[in-house]
Amino acid sequence: MIELGKENFDSEIKEHQGVAMVDFWGESCGRCMELMPDVIELADRYESDIKFAKLNIKGNRRVAMGQGVMGLPSIVFYKDGEKIEHLSGEELEAEQIEEAIKRYI
Amino acid sequence: MSEVYDVLIIGGGAGGLSAGVYCGRGKMKTLVLEGSARTGGQCAKTNELENYPGIVESTGPALMDKFREHCDKFGVEFQRGMVSGLKMAEDGFTKDVTTKDGTVYQAKSVIVATGANPRILGIKGEREFTAKGVAYCATCDAEFFEDLDIIVVGSGNTAVEESVFLTKFVNSVRMVVLHDEGTMDADRTAQEQALANDKISFIWNSTVEEICGDELVNGVRIKNLKTGEITEHDTDGVFMFVGTVPNTDFLEGAVELNRGYIKVDDKMGTSMPGVFGAGDVNDKWLRQVVTAAGDGAIAAVAAERYIAEEEHWSHSVLEAKEDRLVAFWNPLDKQSLELMSQLETRAEAHSLKVVTIDTYKSRNIADRYEITQIPTVIRFRDGEALKRIEAPSAEKLEELF
Repeated sequence: MIELGKENFDSEIKEHQGVAMVDFWGESCGRCMELMPDVIELADRYESDIKFAKLNIKGNRRVAMGQGVMGLPSIVFYKDGEKIEHLSGEELEAEQIEEAIKRYI
Repeated sequence: MSEVYDVLIIGGGAGGLSAGVYCGRGKMKTLVLEGSARTGGQCAKTNELENYPGIVESTGPALMDKFREHCDKFGVEFQRGMVSGLKMAEDGFTKDVTTKDGTVYQAKSVIVATGANPRILGIKGEREFTAKGVAYCATCDAEFFEDLDIIVVGSGNTAVEESVFLTKFVNSVRMVVLHDEGTMDADRTAQEQALANDKISFIWNSTVEEICGDELVNGVRIKNLKTGEITEHDTDGVFMFVGTVPNTDFLEGAVELNRGYIKVDDKMGTSMPGVFGAGDVNDKWLRQVVTAAGDGAIAAVAAERYIAEEEHWSHSVLEAKEDRLVAFWNPLDKQSLELMSQLETRAEAHSLKVVTIDTYKSRNIADRYEITQIPTVIRFRDGEALKRIEAPSAEKLEELF
């Protein structure tokens, strides 16, 4: 998974042709930390179809808010640089993320 | 199928982990099954922790890490799994616990400590803007609201304490309170802290009607309950702290519930023998870390007793090769004491073994045989009750032989 920050968010995601998924996470977000291994596994499995990236909101809060993300966990899908789906909430499960991935491949 | 655990604890919050410490220390084979939440349950989402005795100042996550460390020290196992079902096995002793992925765990005793989750009110815009300005956890999302203006809904301890915490990040907090001016549901210390904080203001007698925004939250419509007047306010975020709902869906039909909360007795026992409840999931008066920890300790000790009693019963009565005399007695009862000495002597004369069940300590087995009179003596053969005598006189005892 690509590590995103304010310096590369646009070049990696906004200018990417095709589907990309960004995992917005933070160290104080328990659910994010818990989902992370599953997300990495999904990234390994589907990396040939979708671009996977993650963004630690620490130091990148403005980038996240610019993407309409104001709560964690947030998994956001993009197509040709346009936001197409935002999954969020404490109850978010890896299965829901995988279902979304399957919709976009 | 896995090996049989002595105690299976469902939930890794304060109640579950406290039970874990007691079970582990009691040398019981213990497993904590954790659902989707991180270890620590609701406490791990709390920032200001001032009411756990002995911990003068700490954060929820830090305290829960200590609980976890304490469990690890005593060899408690941890596994991930969302429990979907709980039922008594055919032997009437072992419990089968099923998780969503189909795994079945077996345990002699189960402690349900699944806690509760934030209540979702279902206000217009609430779901739509979750993670886009609507938040339920200050720890998780506070930093998004740095230097912004927010609304907090609720006036209980969580709402008030988290509002004070949020003022470290945000520009201003407006608390929307259902009650008349000056009335909150929080304890006095928390209220005083909020009232003294100049970043916090109040909108009394009101509820949030709608959360508005385009991509992110940008305002709320607030209804005054007295006048019916609706006013619009700009805001960057809405934190909802309006109580919790228990996580007991999987217990529906298995144990008795009250409005979703588990009905427990003073030993944390539920309507299913060997299944105990601990923490916020219980139908109780005060839901705090300290009471959850207390529940956990009681449930763990009760579970240990339950197992010892059941195993003793099976081994010494149900599986016994010879007949057994079982005396249900109460050591505080004079008639019981008199009977016991006579029973021992007569039994010895007939080379019969006596098993005693102390009904003062536990009613579990006594209830199974519907013992209402103390003392009662039953003669068992091949695990079945053969002859029963209630409150016998010395002469009547002879009928047993």
